[in-house]
Amino acid sequence: MASTLNMFIYFLIFPGLLFTAVVGLLTTWVDRKVSARVQWRVGPPWYQPFADILKLLGKEIVIPEGAKRTGFLLAPMAGLAAVTVVSMMLWLANMQGVGFVGDLIAVIYLLTIPSIGMIIGASASSNPLASVGASREMKLILAYELPFVIAIFTAVSKVSPMSLKLEAILEHQAANGVLLGHPSCIIAFIVAVLCMQAKLTYPPFDIPEAETELMDGTHMEYSGPILGVVKLTQAMMLFTLPVLFITLFWGGLQFTGWGLLYTIVKYVLIVTIAILIKNTNPRVRIDQAVRFFWGPVTVLAIIGIILALAGL
Amino acid sequence: MGATKWGFKKSLWVFHLNAGACNNCDIEVLDCLCPRFDVERFGIKLVGSVKHADVLLVSGIVTRKVVPQLLEAYEQAPRPVAVVALGACALTGGIFKDGYNFAGPVDKHIPVDAYIPGCPPRPEAIIDGIVKLIGKL
Repeated sequence: MASTLNMFIYFLIFPGLLFTAVVGLLTTWVDRKVSARVQWRVGPPWYQPFADILKLLGKEIVIPEGAKRTGFLLAPMAGLAAVTVVSMMLWLANMQGVGFVGDLIAVIYLLTIPSIGMIIGASASSNPLASVGASREMKLILAYELPFVIAIFTAVSKVSPMSLKLEAILEHQAANGVLLGHPSCIIAFIVAVLCMQAKLTYPPFDIPEAETELMDGTHMEYSGPILGVVKLTQAMMLFTLPVLFITLFWGGLQFTGWGLLYTIVKYVLIVTIAILIKNTNPRVRIDQAVRFFWGPVTVLAIIGIILALAGL
Repeated sequence: MGATKWGFKKSLWVFHLNAGACNNCDIEVLDCLCPRFDVERFGIKLVGSVKHADVLLVSGIVTRKVVPQLLEAYEQAPRPVAVVALGACALTGGIFKDGYNFAGPVDKHIPVDAYIPGCPPRPEAIIDGIVKLIGKL
């Protein structure tokens, strides 16, 4: 009974929903503030993302005529639940060494569920522009998933004996130094950051939600609290993916003394790289994105894994 | 004041609806978003879909052709929603008031919460109008 209660607290409060939502929303504020400073503006105050979410909670939900209600309303919830579980698994592996064999595979597939939820929700909304957005999102998933998985398996293959457990990767790094010290893992890290850009649908890969030609694409028909759920899922993804990369490549999260500060610096650094890529690149077309990920990025990822197997 | 009400005042998402304007008001709206005035300081941003909007910013004389679209956009916006009429044309018809295509100012078709006069209104005037709108909400 006590362990069930603990699991509920883990899921709903500390590493799970509430904590991830608060830190994720603060990160979206960092995103908006840094974007504003890059564009020589002042930018919003720190509470801006919270005001946005609170406002959306008080608005009406408009369901378009001809939409499939169940799919339209439940798909974003599935995304929110999936990203909460990923965040919980990563933090528990970092804090207490809790995990199971193959939890890395679970993390990889749970991380695609928010995108798949958006595809289902946009297809159920019976809006032609939203379904164009859904089809673009589908192509984008096909494009980035392959290099992303190869990059993660580069980290796995550096660990001896090879293990698909997050905890084993963390223990290896605690004993032998961080994986970013190896050339193969530096390549894998670059590939992973590029894939993160596409997973978050940030520019230059914001093709599914192009504001100018698709009017927010996959999010177009969502309004009120359900749009709040969509925005919250994006914010939580922005928090979860850097934590995943820190866990895999950069020695994990530390919570004592200077380690805590070092962890925050690592996190902010990865987020800032993503924001700077976002602000300095125009949107590409979907065919250019697929060619980019299946061409140079996959080749880079394969070079990385060959180097890793060669022992570099 | 409830939390959602506070959020509503601090984060107005604007859907800009051009109901037959000459584009001069629209350029002044973009000026508000640029570094000199930067209304994102107050949480105001432009959104692409009317389903995300808190404020409908209507500029231009309402032409006969655009009346159904204006009504549809107003009905689709999730409540609560505020309507702002921007520019002399949206308020009165301006220099086009005798045009064959003029279907009345905005408030003939939908209720308007704030009027911002000017041809075009200066960015300062637009910000002043939005501040008065926030005070009224």
